[in-house]
Amino acid sequence: MTSLPTETTGKKLGLVIDLDTCVGCHACVVNCKEWNTGGYGAPLGDEDAYGADPVGSWLNRIHTFEVTPDNAPAQIVHFPKSCLHCEDAPCVTVCPTGASYKRGEDGIVLVDESMCIGCGLCAWACPYGAREMDPVENIMKKCTLCVDRIYNENIPEVDRVPACVRTCPAQARHFGDLGDPESDVSKLVAERGGMDLMPEQGTRPVNKYLPPRPKTHSNTPLSKQAAPADKASGGFLGWLDSALEKL
Amino acid sequence: MHPAVSVIFFTVTSGAGFGFLAMIGLGVPMPESGPGAFLACLVAGGLAVMGLISSTFHLGHPERAWRAISQWRSSWLSREGVCAIITLVLFGFYALFWVFFGERIAPLGILVAIGAAATVFTTSMIYAQLKTVPVWNTWMTPACYLAFSLTSGILFAGAFGHWQSFAGLSVPLLGLVALGCAWLMKLLWWQNGGRATLEAMGSDTGTATGLGFLGTVRLLEKPHSGQNYLTKEMVHRIGRKHAAKLRIISLVLGAALPLALCLLAMFATGAASQFLLVLAVFGLIAGLFAERWLFFAEARHAVSLYY
Amino acid sequence: MGVHDRDLDRSPHVSDEIRKTTCYMCACRCGINVHIRKGEDGQPKVRYIEGNRDHPVNRGVLCAKGSAGIMQHYSPARLMKPMKRVGPRGKGEFQEIEWEEALSLATEWLGEIRSTDPRKLAFFTGRDQSQSMTGWWAQQFGTPNFAAHGGFCSVNMAAGGIYTFGGAFWEFGSPDWSKSELFMIFGVAEDHDSNPIKLGLAEMKRRGKKIVGVNPVRTGYNAIADEWVGITPGTDGLFILSLIHELLKMGKVDLDYLLRYTNAPWLVIDNPGGADHGLIARDKDGNILVADRKTMKAKKASDKKVKPALKGECKFARGKVARPVFELLANKYLSDEFSPENVTERTGVPADQIRRLANEIAEAAFEKEIVIEQPWTDVKGEKHDKMIGRPVSFHAMRGISAHSNGFQTCRALHLLQILVGSIDCPGGFRFKPPYPRPVHAQPKPHGGSVANTPLAGPPLGMPRGPEDLLFQEDGVTPQRIDRAYSWDAPLSAHGMMHMVISNAHARDPYPVDVLFMYMANMSWNSSMNSRGVMQMLEARDEDGEYVIPKIIYADAYNSEMVAYADLVLPDTTYLERHDCISLLDRPICEPDVMADSIRWPVVDPATQADGRDVRGFQSVLLDLGARLGLPGMTNEDGSAKYADYADYMANHERKPGVGPLAGWRGNGDSHGRGAPNPRQIDAYIENGGFFEAHIPENARYFKHANQHWQDWAVEMGLQDGPVENVFNLYSEAMRKFQLCAEGKAEPQPPESHRQRIIDAFDPLPVWYPTFEGTQISEEEYPYNALTQRPAAMYHSWGSQNAWLRQIHGSNPMYVPSNICDAEGLEDGDWALVSSYHGEIRVQVKRMKAVNANTMWTWNAIGKRSGAWNLDPDAPEAKKGFLLNHLINELLPPKGDGMRWSNSDPVTGQAAWFDLKVKIRKAPDQEGPTAPQFESQKKSRTAPVNVEYGKEWTK
Ligand SMILES: Nc1nc2c(c(=O)[nH]1)N[C@H]1C(S)=C(S)[C@@H](COP(=O)(O)OP(=O)(O)OC[C@H]3O[C@@H](n4cnc5c(=O)[nH]c(N)nc54)[C@H](O)[C@@H]3O)O[C@H]1N2
Ligand SMILES: Nc1nc2c(c(=O)[nH]1)N[C@H]1C(S)=C(S)[C@@H](COP(=O)(O)OP(=O)(O)OC[C@H]3O[C@@H](n4cnc5c(=O)[nH]c(N)nc54)[C@H](O)[C@@H]3O)O[C@H]1N2
Ligand code: SF4
Ligand code: SF4
Ligand code: SF4
Ligand code: SF4
Ligand code: SF4
Ligand SMILES: [Mo]
Repeated sequence: MTSLPTETTGKKLGLVIDLDTCVGCHACVVNCKEWNTGGYGAPLGDEDAYGADPVGSWLNRIHTFEVTPDNAPAQIVHFPKSCLHCEDAPCVTVCPTGASYKRGEDGIVLVDESMCIGCGLCAWACPYGAREMDPVENIMKKCTLCVDRIYNENIPEVDRVPACVRTCPAQARHFGDLGDPESDVSKLVAERGGMDLMPEQGTRPVNKYLPPRPKTHSNTPLSKQAAPADKASGGFLGWLDSALEKL
Repeated sequence: MHPAVSVIFFTVTSGAGFGFLAMIGLGVPMPESGPGAFLACLVAGGLAVMGLISSTFHLGHPERAWRAISQWRSSWLSREGVCAIITLVLFGFYALFWVFFGERIAPLGILVAIGAAATVFTTSMIYAQLKTVPVWNTWMTPACYLAFSLTSGILFAGAFGHWQSFAGLSVPLLGLVALGCAWLMKLLWWQNGGRATLEAMGSDTGTATGLGFLGTVRLLEKPHSGQNYLTKEMVHRIGRKHAAKLRIISLVLGAALPLALCLLAMFATGAASQFLLVLAVFGLIAGLFAERWLFFAEARHAVSLYY
Repeated sequence: MGVHDRDLDRSPHVSDEIRKTTCYMCACRCGINVHIRKGEDGQPKVRYIEGNRDHPVNRGVLCAKGSAGIMQHYSPARLMKPMKRVGPRGKGEFQEIEWEEALSLATEWLGEIRSTDPRKLAFFTGRDQSQSMTGWWAQQFGTPNFAAHGGFCSVNMAAGGIYTFGGAFWEFGSPDWSKSELFMIFGVAEDHDSNPIKLGLAEMKRRGKKIVGVNPVRTGYNAIADEWVGITPGTDGLFILSLIHELLKMGKVDLDYLLRYTNAPWLVIDNPGGADHGLIARDKDGNILVADRKTMKAKKASDKKVKPALKGECKFARGKVARPVFELLANKYLSDEFSPENVTERTGVPADQIRRLANEIAEAAFEKEIVIEQPWTDVKGEKHDKMIGRPVSFHAMRGISAHSNGFQTCRALHLLQILVGSIDCPGGFRFKPPYPRPVHAQPKPHGGSVANTPLAGPPLGMPRGPEDLLFQEDGVTPQRIDRAYSWDAPLSAHGMMHMVISNAHARDPYPVDVLFMYMANMSWNSSMNSRGVMQMLEARDEDGEYVIPKIIYADAYNSEMVAYADLVLPDTTYLERHDCISLLDRPICEPDVMADSIRWPVVDPATQADGRDVRGFQSVLLDLGARLGLPGMTNEDGSAKYADYADYMANHERKPGVGPLAGWRGNGDSHGRGAPNPRQIDAYIENGGFFEAHIPENARYFKHANQHWQDWAVEMGLQDGPVENVFNLYSEAMRKFQLCAEGKAEPQPPESHRQRIIDAFDPLPVWYPTFEGTQISEEEYPYNALTQRPAAMYHSWGSQNAWLRQIHGSNPMYVPSNICDAEGLEDGDWALVSSYHGEIRVQVKRMKAVNANTMWTWNAIGKRSGAWNLDPDAPEAKKGFLLNHLINELLPPKGDGMRWSNSDPVTGQAAWFDLKVKIRKAPDQEGPTAPQFESQKKSRTAPVNVEYGKEWTK
């Protein structure tokens, strides 16, 4: 069971994250925690919550990177990261209990918490740091792609998307079927050059990242200078006369 | 990686235990039966079981540990559990006959030895399979584990056994050779470790973030100001000085000392030789604790690229 | 399909009920759906909070703070019962008392003041969203000493805008996100419009339009900006005026717009040395004059037939001359002083970048003109068959306003917007209702203070000129304890909260008896010089009595300020009370909708913890008002007029037909105006907690001159009649203050203030270096130090939040790598950062994407040990720090010994970001951060672990 599914529908649900728009606000992080601490795989515990060393489990986190190009000023990229629901998910095959599994139906990688022994091996196998052991529950937690939302008939249809996607104020997160080349997310990936993280790890992530668009720099030259008004017609006040004429 | 005491203890002791089991199974001369045999079986089996038990301390839910053997088709950890159980059960029968009837059933012993080797191999594969930790991700990792297990087994067997020679070789000599091979292997592993970096595998913060095409990528702010499971577990950083010191300790206690003792034992006889081998075992195990601590502490996990 | 997956409940039960109210994890006031589910004890419990999709503010999204509402609502730092101080101030030693005792005590203290000298009450509220009510209460009490946090927050922005064009950025307007071609954002990390700005940026990105971030630090919004201007703090004014210089040089100004909507053609009297020099020329009936373009003869500005001149000299009888505003303006900004080359060194912005940006602004405004086929009629009766827009928009916040030159910088930015014709046009900056509302449509400030008598009007307002300043009988001593509306800060439209405690402590201008505060953490992060403020609150006089005799404080949590109160009134959390986000107050409108909203108790406090006995502060205030017999809060028979705040929200009328809430008035069918409706709150709840009215299509732009808007605004009760709004490129009001300072008009400032008023009150936007920078040695303190709002924290109050504190539990000082190299600093090193006022010990983080002279940190992460019921060794206390310890409320003494307030001389806005520092490696490399303070006593012990939601997994 803990092998990867041999039969699939071809559906690959996942997230597309736009690094050109993410402002690093952590909204998705906290909303994810909030939804999931009362939902599938709940709770998400917080150890020493009001103490000197608080540590909680989260399914999604935002890193901030500084990128220094060769010939331009350094820039900042805010970088959200949750499970990428890899096609060749090493976290699944290492699991000794069968708690970790990948769904054939939609590709979501889940942990069946009642079976997890908390050995941590799956987290070791994941190159992305997408799995965290719950410090209070001692069970492995990971992004569920909000499997208890996206099909949930108790919530309105528009809301059947992951909590992080619904909440993102900068709308930097997109959800859809990356197995369908015609889906909105697939088109977005094609259009914007969506990329894989650490492709060399051979995990074939489903989630894609849209790179930041090129920036204008302080030394980018002016493409076209508007003509100075003063040269044209005897100083600025001269220009004023002719400009007023035209009104 | 975080050097968890339970896992260090587990890999060292179960390695030694299964090594010892293997030696017993291979029929090295031992007390005929009775209390001597019982003690040998107790120590061998005890080390193996203690290691396994200690490994469950590493589990969040030890009460569910039984589930861990279900996925032997895909999971090395599961396979390890299966191998360990089979080996220990076989060994149980073997010990029963030996202790109570003075009968060492050779074919069963061979199976125990194979099982023990398989167990140690599967243990090592738990680490060696991980692409995320390039230093571990090499054939040399099982080689080291097997070599150290075998060496520990020989020394243990020597310390317990009433024997001077096995297959015509003196045990201290055997120990000497095994120690030499194992540490040579480990030196090779260390050397390889210097090269088997994430960067050498083509991973760096640039590929981890996909932002490498823009320029040099460096973490400015962690996702959380404090620690999290990942930073505690996977992003362990040790000082270079500290690591060098521990290497020396592991080499002195685990290699130089037992080598010297074995050498001495070659020229000693009877109880004196045995005593020297007992000392050598202690030295080796102590050295292996340091070696194993480094095995984890020095290993860089791909997740560290994000922190 | 042959796919076999494990069984999984695809449709688990989510919640028993959804209750829609308004978030209060910050001032943005988003709509939220609170999912309620029965908890283990059978009581309703909050399961999940999500954004309300229908809400005009957040349209469904929710930020990190909003999502962490559960942890705030169930915080172990919640206060549970009224408390009386038993130990010395500052320790946090209290005894819990009953409400009756608390209210009687407060009534006794306040009653005595009111019947003798009402100004001895200083009533200051912080992150208050009920200022129209709290201000009204102060007015009824009769004390002028009322203000909220605006004075230390961003009054420069508000006043700079309102005095210039009758609106402001802040939360009073927003860019036209769906039509802008170019957007420039100045000095914003987060802002009040937290979610709307992010939604807007997302829209700009989707449309592929350019965003330019002007900020010394390149994080957050600036990180995603397509271009970054890493400006040196305090120099935006110069940068903007240089952009204006370039635009003028290129002739890229919208003359038609200027002629129609601004005072560009108005004549300014040119009479050097005269008492009218610089005033606007008027005829004897007071009509404003312009010059006819052909004849240069003076004509009434209101004469529709005149084609006014924008330059030239107009001669009057008796030899007087006057010149159009525009000419003064053009001459001023075309001067070489503002050429890109001449500002580049000070601003740190390359001259080529300034020039290119000026071109891009011009291109967006004039070559990408937007036309909406929407006929409209202007206030002069002229019909237009379409709306033409200049799609370049701007937004700015505290980065430009929290400087001592901030008022003029804000004016400079508005001048830029107006020159390119982009205020309230398609693609430009847009007013949100009830704006535009120019100075003359706003109340004036009211003083007075007579025993047992209300003030004649609200304490806060907008002075029209020097005649509206508030002095005591001697004509110079300020009437207010914070010295607002005095020569210290004549246009201090929001009061000066940051000066209250130090003035009360100095008994200057007079001592107060009761300091009554609400929702402001004044002994910590909202004060400059926090240690000094703590000492002032603890200070005793010769008789051993506290210098500030009585302190009443209303908070919901055990904050640092609680420790200094003598009487603590515990408030509810935002999910437990009624609140009213009123159009009389700070609006939640968006450019196309007029909206207001409520909070209501979606859970009953009594069910939310054992022994929880708290009351909504506004209800308590009304109760106190009734006990004190305040007019408006008491019936003729002396009984309380309002049962509670909910009753007030529905039934109070500010003027006939206009009350706190605009929706569903009368019988529930009239909006804006109408008789009070007892069922009004139910109607709000049914509608999701808010009311919105869509502005008619033809009234959506050019509101400053749009007849349809005027009509609609009157109909909706936003104004009572037409309001004329001419944009003030040139501010005559400011010129009047200058004339007083020049000795040409009354009242006159004291000698000490004259030059400062002359310099700062230039009627045309100017730039001058920030005060702290000029008063200390730049050689000794070469660097700037700033704070930024973290998106996932709200000031001090997020630290008690089990989730948010994991994200920001401590803060490093981000130091430019060049400074690190110069000072030998590495990541994680401890360093000493000092200003002329103090020194702090902090940990360093290197950074490159920042202005090379500027270090910064996250705001308000550092906590006093023990506060918020956190472990005394919490990282907030041991690794976190406040920059406030380096900032003084006073500037260093000048030659004459005079110490000015560290504020903008025009508005009194606290100049948080003028701070100059030096840094060096700490000799000993151990924590904790310094300064440290004795631990404050916890009010309750907090649980160790949290496993929220566990009960629902079974
Ligand atoms: N260094 C530096 N300092 C600054 C600034 C800066 O940029 N840099 N910014 C300044 C600005 S603009 C501001 S506005 C101030 C803000 O500073 P404050 O106005 O002090 O804001 P908070 O820290 O949020 O504290 C408000 C208090 O409200 C309490 N509170 C929270 N919820 C409730 C409630 O529901 N009811 C009641 N009664 N109380 C509640 C909290 O417990 C807290 O004690 O900080 C200022 N200080
Ligand atoms: N998440 C969150 N949201 C909040 C708050 C909060 O505490 N947390 N507080 C609320 C309050 S009370 C307020 S007043 C608003 C304030 O909202 P903002 O105006 O966004 O306030 P700050 O975070 O102080 O941001 C000031 C920005 O100006 C930059 N800056 C400093 N000096 C200069 C300068 O001279 N020039 C330029 N161009 N930039 C400069 C700083 O780098 C920083 O990015 O936010 C409100 N929203
Ligand atoms: S909510 Fe959106 S913008 Fe905010 S951190 Fe997450 S992805 Fe980025
Ligand atoms: S991201 Fe990590 S946890 Fe998720 S599927 Fe891939 S390997 Fe597994
Ligand atoms: S921690 Fe749980 S899910 Fe992960 S490998 Fe171990 S048993 Fe499987
Ligand atoms: S998809 Fe759901 S579980 Fe995954 S990160 Fe988003 S909110 Fe969290
Ligand atoms: S911005 Fe966030 S905290 Fe502020 S009101 Fe909106 S959701 Fe609440
Ligand atoms: Mo503020």
